[in-house]
Amino acid sequence: MKPVAFDYVRPASLAEACELLSGDEDARLIAGGQTLVPMLAMRLARPAKLIDILRLPELAGIGEENGAVVVGATTRQAQAERDPVIRASVPMLARVLPWVGHPPTRNRGTVGGSIANADPSAEIPLVAVTLGAEIMLATKDGSTSMPADDFFIGPMATSIGQGECVRAIRFPVWSHQRIGVGFFEVSSRRSDFAFVAATAQVALDEEGRCLDVALGLGGVADRPQRLDVSFLVGTTLEAASVSDAVNAATADIGAMSDLHASAAYRRRVAGVLGIRALGQARDNAAAKPAKGAR
Amino acid sequence: MRVNLRINGVSRSADIEPRKTLLDALRENFLLNGTHAGCEHGVCGACTVLVDGEPVRSCLMFAVQADDYEITTIEGLAPAPGELSVIQDAFCETHGLQCGYCTPGMILSAHALLQRTVTPTREDIVEAIAGNICRCTGYGQIIEAVEFAAARLRIANTPHPAVQADPSIVGPK
Repeated sequence: MKPVAFDYVRPASLAEACELLSGDEDARLIAGGQTLVPMLAMRLARPAKLIDILRLPELAGIGEENGAVVVGATTRQAQAERDPVIRASVPMLARVLPWVGHPPTRNRGTVGGSIANADPSAEIPLVAVTLGAEIMLATKDGSTSMPADDFFIGPMATSIGQGECVRAIRFPVWSHQRIGVGFFEVSSRRSDFAFVAATAQVALDEEGRCLDVALGLGGVADRPQRLDVSFLVGTTLEAASVSDAVNAATADIGAMSDLHASAAYRRRVAGVLGIRALGQARDNAAAKPAKGAR
Repeated sequence: MRVNLRINGVSRSADIEPRKTLLDALRENFLLNGTHAGCEHGVCGACTVLVDGEPVRSCLMFAVQADDYEITTIEGLAPAPGELSVIQDAFCETHGLQCGYCTPGMILSAHALLQRTVTPTREDIVEAIAGNICRCTGYGQIIEAVEFAAARLRIANTPHPAVQADPSIVGPK
């Protein structure tokens, strides 16, 4: 369990990090290292150089800007879990974070690292896709961004280019008064990789009619996916229409098969958890006062 | 590479290869063998240390990444040589260890919990040690040890660490 020898550099700025990265195909970025270090230990990854971006000030911090919460890439998962802005404005992210790894890995693991790693069963990418987050990237020439849906292209595969670095994730904030989230996952043990995860967010009006809804699945296909349940908008999300909507949306989804779970199992559980997540989101939204502070 | 670390309140310095984990550096360069090497790829939790007071796996961190942090190993918990911390003593009293391999990691995880909580629930304790695998004692007695330590800290004649850190916590619930 000893990694191959590598050079270690800690650039002073994000521009310098991107410059180093773009000029060297054998270089890898490291931040929290909670996935990369095991890969190095098992020699599944053998970079010649590690560029440590964890302490770059440009990548730190959680900020609000018009209609969104921008989470810096090196925000620790544990820090995001406790953050009052995330709890209030991106409740879905706050809801899933206790399911990301264990407390010691969340103390080192970063939000941006989970995004860049793109594990199909990871919770943070699932939230990014479900809410339609924007992945903000830094390059040596400046910055760019792309929707989460375009960013994830397969298991541990993203459309990030050579020399690019995840800078921040821009999670949209729903402005409605009554918002509720739901989340369920099935794994062999708590904190293990999810075979299936489902998360939902619902906004209700004063009468309990659905104003907006988002439902996403993780662990089922080769990347997280958002399901189209938009025809639930305007309904009161009664059980029968929720299960019809989820069954229709999951009827022809692609699913992975591996030694833990077959594709048929994943598809079936996806439907069940999707219904439960929507139900939980609806109940949580309904528990909020119809008027007054969110 | 020259690496300067703060370990158990003492500044230490050594020449360490970048690929050396904090775990191996603690054991080989600084002879702090209480931090145990288990799976060495982030699964078992035997190598848990505290980094700025929070539990972290020292096998998932390179020593060259660890400068400027306050690192606490199991050797840093006892108040004086030959003595035990309240949590270490509670593990002995309740038979919270058998082979002892996972124990330093368990105790450091429990220590971090009891630094911020006066009256942890059983669920809080289970969550705190969720990243630490025990293969012989059984978790029942380990949970009991942490509950016992929490109870002793509540009635100790010294200010509770969690209350010192945040006076708005007033326990028991």
